[in-house]
Amino acid sequence: MSDAVLTIDNLTVSLPAWADRPHAVNGVSLQVMRKEILCVVGESGSGKSVMAKAILRLLPEPHVRVAGGRVIYEGQDLLALSADGIRVIRGGRIAMIFQEPMVALNPLMTVGRQTDEIIEVHTKLRPAERRKRIVEVFGDVRLPEPERMLASYPHELSGGQRQRVMIAMALALEPALIIADEPTTALDVTTQAQILKLLKELQAKHGTAIMFITHDFGVVAEIADRVAVMRQGVLVEHGRGKDILRHPQHDYTRALIAAVPSLVPRHTLRDARSGAPSLLSVSGLEKTFAGRGGAFSLGAQRVRAVAGVSLEVQKGRSLALVGESGSGKSTLARCIVGLERADKGAIRLEGTDIAGLSRAKLRPYRKALQMVFQDPFASLNPRWRVGDIIAQGPVVAGTPRKTALGEARELLRLVGLDPKAADRYPHEFSGGQRQRIGIARALAVKPKLIIADEPVSALDVSVQKQVLDLLDELRTTFDLSMLFITHDLRVAAHVCEEIAVMKDGAIVEQGSTAAIFARPQHAYTQALLASVPGRDWQTCT
Amino acid sequence: MHSFSQRFFANPRVALSLLWLSFVVLLAIAAPIIAPGSPFAIVAKPFAPPLGDFLFGTDSLGRDLMAGLVHGARTSLLIAILATLAAVAFGTLVGAIAGFYGGFVDDILMRITEFFQTIPAFIFAIVLVAILAPSGTSLVIAIATVSWPPIARVVRGEVLTIKAREFVQAAIVAGQRDMAILFGQVLPNALSPLIVTGSLLVANAILIESALSFLGLGAPNLMSWGFQIGAGRAFLRDAWWLVTVPGIAILLTVLSINLAGEGLNDALNPRLRDL
Repeated sequence: MSDAVLTIDNLTVSLPAWADRPHAVNGVSLQVMRKEILCVVGESGSGKSVMAKAILRLLPEPHVRVAGGRVIYEGQDLLALSADGIRVIRGGRIAMIFQEPMVALNPLMTVGRQTDEIIEVHTKLRPAERRKRIVEVFGDVRLPEPERMLASYPHELSGGQRQRVMIAMALALEPALIIADEPTTALDVTTQAQILKLLKELQAKHGTAIMFITHDFGVVAEIADRVAVMRQGVLVEHGRGKDILRHPQHDYTRALIAAVPSLVPRHTLRDARSGAPSLLSVSGLEKTFAGRGGAFSLGAQRVRAVAGVSLEVQKGRSLALVGESGSGKSTLARCIVGLERADKGAIRLEGTDIAGLSRAKLRPYRKALQMVFQDPFASLNPRWRVGDIIAQGPVVAGTPRKTALGEARELLRLVGLDPKAADRYPHEFSGGQRQRIGIARALAVKPKLIIADEPVSALDVSVQKQVLDLLDELRTTFDLSMLFITHDLRVAAHVCEEIAVMKDGAIVEQGSTAAIFARPQHAYTQALLASVPGRDWQTCT
Repeated sequence: MHSFSQRFFANPRVALSLLWLSFVVLLAIAAPIIAPGSPFAIVAKPFAPPLGDFLFGTDSLGRDLMAGLVHGARTSLLIAILATLAAVAFGTLVGAIAGFYGGFVDDILMRITEFFQTIPAFIFAIVLVAILAPSGTSLVIAIATVSWPPIARVVRGEVLTIKAREFVQAAIVAGQRDMAILFGQVLPNALSPLIVTGSLLVANAILIESALSFLGLGAPNLMSWGFQIGAGRAFLRDAWWLVTVPGIAILLTVLSINLAGEGLNDALNPRLRDL
C-alpha cells in the first residue's frame, strides 16, 4: 500500500453538545491511491463533507473539531501541522472544489486574478509566467477563449463555466490530490455530464488523485474507481466501484442502491385510446417577466419564461414536465395554479378557462388544483401545528375546523405518519416526513389535479423513493391526475407514463415516457438522456 | 440546546438589567405610596444635601428629589412604552403592507418612510411638541412619529424574505385571503426581530423624552427625570446631586434596556452567538 497519496487513520470529528450525535465522523480509516478517483457516497448527515473539511482543517472550530486520528500526507500528519504548514499544503498540494461555484468565487475579482493569486502565493513565478500557466489550465478545462476568460467576473460566466474555473484553480499547481465536495450537484444534467467527463480526462492526463464526495449513485457509476459508503459518520463499506455497485455487501449500501429509481419507465400507457377526457388543457401559454428596473429606468430587461406552451393532462394520468434550470417549467406550474398570471393563452380546467383570473375569482377552482412544493423545510409554516397546516385548505373553503382537523388526522395516516403528528410542529419532523405532510395538505381539499414541483429533489435517495412510491399509490387511491415537474429523468421514469420535455420556455417533445425513452426524436431530448449519469449501470445488472 | 428562557435568564447581564428594570417598574407603580402628594410640593428648605432628612436631598425650590425620582420613573416609563407601542403598531403596518404587496405600494410607502428618516429625529420631535403644545399626549405622538421608520424597515425586510417561502405560496394555493396570510402566516414569523427592535426602541424613547423635558418641552404637570436635570443644571457646582442622581437613573435604565434587548436577541437567535 505504498501507493497511497493520502491515508486517513481512525479519524474522529466531534460535534458540539447540542448536536443530535456526538461525532460527525467516527473512526474512519481510508486511503486515496495515486491516479484513482475515490467516491465517498452518503446521504445528508453522513459526515462525508465534514471528513473532507477535516483533511484540510477547514472545520468551524472550536465547535466542530477533530477529536482523534491522523491524516497522513507524504509522511506528515496534516492534523499536527502548524498553521503555516497546512497553508502550504492547502491549494498547493491538496486542492478543493466546492459545490456552489458562485459562492466559492469572489464576485469582485476577475477569475483570472483569483487563479493568479493561488499561483502567486504558492510559487515564485513571475507575472508573465503565471499568466502563461493560467491560460494553459483554462485551456485544459476547456474554457472557450482562455485569454478573454481571464478578464471575466464570476457573474459573467455560466454555472458550468464557473465550475470549470474552480477546477482550473484546483489544477493550477498540479496538486497530488483534489478533494471535490459535490462539485456537480448544483449543475444541470447536461453540464454535469460534461464536467464529469472533463474530470475523468484531466485525471488521466495529470495523474491526480481525486476524492469525490457525492450523494448520487449515478455519478458514482460514471466515474468511480473505488467507492466508500458512509452513514452517520461511520464507514460502512468500501471497495472497488464495480464490486460495490453490482454486489453491495452491506445492507445499507444495498438499500441505497435499490432506492435509485431505474431509467426504465415503470408505467406504460394502460390503454392507448386518446379519447380519455382531458382534465387540464393548456394552450398557447405565454409569460414574460419584465426585469424590475426602478421607477426611472427605460427599457427594462424582458425574459420570456414561458413562450407559447400547449399541453394536456388527461384524467387519471400523470405527466412529467422535464427540463433544466431556467427552462420555464416552474413558471409554467405557477401560472397553472395561479401564483403567477399568464400574459396570453388559455388554461382550461375541465373546460373552464382559468387563465388570467384574479385571486378572488380563482378561489372556487382551488379545490380542484393543488400543489406540492419543492423544499420541505420552507413549505410548512414553522409556527403552525401540523394539523392546522393540513386543515388550512378545507377551513378556508368553509369546513368547520373540528371536522377538518379530524380529516387531517386521517390524511396523516394515509401518507404513512402517526395521526398524533397533528399536534406537533414541523421542526420535529425530518425532510421526508415533512414532504409527506406537504402531500397531505395538498390532498386535504380532495383535488383532481396535483402539481408537484420537484417534490423529491431536496430529499435523500432512500427517502426520495418512499415519497415517489407514496405519490404513486395515492394517485390510484384518490383517482388523481398529476403534473410532475422534475429535472431528473429517473424520477420521471418512475412515476409518469407521459413526458413533456421543456427547453427555453417551449416544449420540444412530448409523448409516452416509454416511447420517448426508447426513441428520442429531438436533439435536446437525446442529449438529456445521454447525460443521465450512470445510465448503463442499472440496465446491466 | 437550552430553552429560550434558560438562555435568556442565564445571561448575567440580562439578569442584572432585569433586576434594575423591575426595581424601577416597582418604584413607578408604588410612587403614590412611597411619595404621597405632588412631587412638585415644596417640603423643606432648598438645597438640603442628600442623606439628611431626605434620601437624595432637595432641589432649588425645596422639592424632595426622591419624590421627583419615583414619579419621574412613572412618567418616563409610561411615555416611553406608549410611544413604542404606537411606533411598533404603525411601523409594522406600513412595513408589512409595503413588503407584502411590493411594487408600486412598496415604492410609495418606502419613500414616505425615507422622508421621515431624513429629518433629524430629535429636531423633528422638538418641532412636533412645539406645534402640538407640550403635554403627555403630544410627547407620545412626537416620540412615536420619529421612531416608527426603523420598525417599518425591519418588518418590510422580514416580510420580503418570508413572503418568498413556500408555505406562503401554499396558503395562496389553499385560497386564503391576503390579510389572513399576512397576519396569520407571515407576521408571526417576523416576531423575533420585531421584539428585539421594539425593546431597544423603549430605551431610545426614554432618552428622547428626557431630552425634551430637559429643554422644558415636557409635560408641564408631570415630573420627569429630564425635567429634574434641566431644573438642576444651573446649580451644578453648588448642588451636584440635582443633576447626578436623575442622570444616573436615566443611564442605568437605558443601559439595562439595551442589555436586555441584546440578551433577547442572543436568546432568540442562539446560532448567531454559538457559531
